[in-house]
Amino acid sequence: MQPISPEKVQLLLEQFFNRDVYLHLETTNGSYAVLRGEKTISVGSFVRNVVVRFERGMITGNGPYRVGLKMEHGWIYAEGLTDWEPDSTQNGLLLAGHDEEGRLMIAFQLSVTPFGTESGEQE
Amino acid sequence: MKPHVLLVFPHPDDETFGLGGSIILHAQAGTPITYLCGTLGEMGRQMGSPITANRETLPHIRKQELQEACKHLGISDLRLMGYHDKTVEFEDRQAMVDRIFQVVQEIQPTIVYTYYPGHSVHPDHEAMAEATIEALERIPIENRPVLYCLAFSSNHLEVLGQPDVVVDISSVAERKMNAIKAHYTQSAKMLERYEDDRQHAELRHFLEAERYYTYRWTKA
Ligand SMILES: [Zn+2]
Repeated sequence: MQPISPEKVQLLLEQFFNRDVYLHLETTNGSYAVLRGEKTISVGSFVRNVVVRFERGMITGNGPYRVGLKMEHGWIYAEGLTDWEPDSTQNGLLLAGHDEEGRLMIAFQLSVTPFGTESGEQE
Repeated sequence: MKPHVLLVFPHPDDETFGLGGSIILHAQAGTPITYLCGTLGEMGRQMGSPITANRETLPHIRKQELQEACKHLGISDLRLMGYHDKTVEFEDRQAMVDRIFQVVQEIQPTIVYTYYPGHSVHPDHEAMAEATIEALERIPIENRPVLYCLAFSSNHLEVLGQPDVVVDISSVAERKMNAIKAHYTQSAKMLERYEDDRQHAELRHFLEAERYYTYRWTKA
């Protein structure tokens, strides 16, 4: 991935307006956070391949960036985004936030088709 | 009975860090090794250093890394169970136990390795360890394979005492290191830290000895 180019991301976001698209949204501080100290707990959540439709959407900030998507009945929000996949197209947009060690802290992804379900099961 | 080792772990790299040296020693002794790996670690946070993976490419990359690591470790029979990282505990437990039991019946392992239930931190580790124990408990106690369990919860020494098995792996440390390197996305950052310090305590911990507990059956 590469540092986010907000102008390019904004143009791609607009390609997803007013249509059903698949969302992958995830935040995590790691399953082993609990080992780092007595008071730390592992916190995280993800939704994958949830179908959403939004009428407006923006990327803001000076890096790390935020994204807000306005839907008919609510919002989708992500912050701490640092990198994007420059191969992203109007068919799929991949954004992520990494910490100073390069570990993923947040992933925010949109696609017009479901995200891969590669399971690794014996082929 | 012919010796045969079975490994049951949920994430590619669990096998390498925890007991890579022991696996290499089994392979050197000519013992066949079967590895039931639960997921592709698709929700991992480590993306390589420099970052080479994203959330969508990570499972493909980790599958290749695992296959490469298996070559270094001498694992000839790798079987992927196809669960999704972080969700193993929510799957149908009986179906998982059945699948593990099927493999146990097929290969008749004499030694099985998994995590120590209650002391393996990640919910996927706990779920697979519990399922493995449940599968083995279907075998009459006198015929059960030896079960070795890895523990790394912060209180495992307090609760379980010192591990009763300590394997000196210094003779195969370099080969274990190659397997660690094969898991590039997961190990690159850690290895960068030790680049100038091969004597670093954390690295020595991985390369000198491996420790686990012989599981004491509570059910006959
Ligand atoms: Zn693991």
